[in-house]
Amino acid sequence: MARPMTMAEKILAAHAGLDEVEPGQLIECDLDLVLANDVTAPLAIKTVREVSGRVFDPERVILVPDHYVPNKDIKSAEQAKIVRDFAREQGVTHYYEVGCMGVEHALLPEQGVVGAGDLIIGADSHTCTYGALGAFATGVGSTDAGVGMATGKAWFKVPETVKVVVDGTLAPGVTGKDVILHLIGLIGVDGALYQALEFTGSAIEALPMDERLSISNMAIEAGGKAGLIPVDDVTRAYMDGRVERPYTAYQSDPDAAFARVVEIDAADIVPTVAFPHLPSNTRPAAEARHVRIDQAVIGSCTNGRLDDMRQAAAVLRGRTVHPDVRCIVIPATQQVYRQCIEEGLMDVFLDANCAVSTPTCGPCLGGYMGILAAGERAIATTNRNFVGRMGDPTSEVYLSSPAVAAASAVLGHIGLPEDLEPVAAAADAE
Amino acid sequence: MEFKGTVHRYGRDVDTDVIIPARYLNTSDPAELARHCLEDLDAGFVGRVRPGDIIVAEENFGCGSSREHAPIAIKATGVDVVIAKSFARIFYRNAINTGLAIMECPEAVDAIADGDVVRVDADAGTITDETTGQAFTAQPFPPFIREIIEAGGLVPRWKARLAD
Repeated sequence: MARPMTMAEKILAAHAGLDEVEPGQLIECDLDLVLANDVTAPLAIKTVREVSGRVFDPERVILVPDHYVPNKDIKSAEQAKIVRDFAREQGVTHYYEVGCMGVEHALLPEQGVVGAGDLIIGADSHTCTYGALGAFATGVGSTDAGVGMATGKAWFKVPETVKVVVDGTLAPGVTGKDVILHLIGLIGVDGALYQALEFTGSAIEALPMDERLSISNMAIEAGGKAGLIPVDDVTRAYMDGRVERPYTAYQSDPDAAFARVVEIDAADIVPTVAFPHLPSNTRPAAEARHVRIDQAVIGSCTNGRLDDMRQAAAVLRGRTVHPDVRCIVIPATQQVYRQCIEEGLMDVFLDANCAVSTPTCGPCLGGYMGILAAGERAIATTNRNFVGRMGDPTSEVYLSSPAVAAASAVLGHIGLPEDLEPVAAAADAE
Repeated sequence: MEFKGTVHRYGRDVDTDVIIPARYLNTSDPAELARHCLEDLDAGFVGRVRPGDIIVAEENFGCGSSREHAPIAIKATGVDVVIAKSFARIFYRNAINTGLAIMECPEAVDAIADGDVVRVDADAGTITDETTGQAFTAQPFPPFIREIIEAGGLVPRWKARLAD
């Protein structure tokens, strides 16, 4: 009988061909999927060429140009072309061209490419997003990804697991984004360094998949190597009809050893904003009303999914963005974009004077499509607020949920949906 | 490997966005990346740094994005080694994979001041502050990671393995 293990340990053991592993052990694993984007793939492709010249399996290598596409400048166009040419040459099945692509960590779960029990590395730090589906997924650099693409293998140090238990009921208006910001505020940006996070508890179980993906997405912002959520009926319902490969639902053993357990009462979590310049610099949104903003960004791999768009639209319906604010809405995939049209959300955004963009990571990392000038402030549903993250090094980024970002866009300063004037009946009836 | 140089000292949570801002990620050219290394944190760094210099920082160096451009940019400025209290895990892997020497040594970080001249023996794991005369020993690497470092990075190690 193997020793009791966490779900992270079980996934790693299974992919290393071992009955058991323990934290600290260095192992070599077979990978299910390896991914890279237009910023990281060119270096990974160089590595593939140096190691073997061929990808280990064209169906298990994923290339998603999403950071600087549609191409933002000539250099970006050259990088995207390297990725496109390589995908064609190697017959990579999961290459997503502009028009089909989306922000990678929204796109791949939506398309059923990633599934429970998978071991995935990606040359993008937010690869940890797929933990919400019960996969062990972690960000790496281009060399690790390139070697993974060429060999199908990667080395891992088995991480300890930090168990996060969120029990109780989240108040209305408190979302998965607030849960993860609250946690990062509690444990710090290196609170789970070299460790895996596992999110459990009745409040997590009650969350829809889109909000779970937001939580796992930001595990890296606590230094985490992965951010796993046990597979349950919500996970299965999401994967059914999407994931065509057989998948495996791993659960932590009841007597598995955790590095520590962080217990959070769901009732203690309020709509939360992370102030510059660290995601851990959190405060209740209600204490941020003095912060005037120039821009609001609603989108990204953290909050660019359909539920996020619905939550933003619910606030913006019948209202208009403050004249001093640019509000940029970026549905994260083509499917989310189309759904926004079909559900009338696009009309809400346009009526509110939002700019709506085709999918791209763009402004989140200060690439394009919403760069900040010196001294400007943005509220964003993205994941990082480091110095210079969205533009000039003297600009500032405040992180929040879609509802708080939408309310702030209308108010002209950070605030909550309940701060808004009720929508006039005439506008409602239209 | 032995290194000796002047220390550029920084605080905790030095993220990869300040090591190399995303506005320069439309290229992978090391020399061009080096021209903008750390500019949002310390605009004078690129002008002051000399080949062989050493970066010393507190906890969680290299947090944030997985961009390998970060260790590449640092290495291309001529910095040979980064000493920190701890490294963010993706940066840790990227540094080893790309051949940028890193050392974890909280005691040395506490003692070393900006501008000190420091000598490092990466194989022995020793750090000597020649300005103050103090000596420290860094956390040793596990043998497996040592193999990658000694091979010159992950790619040379795999090439050797596939050639066997």
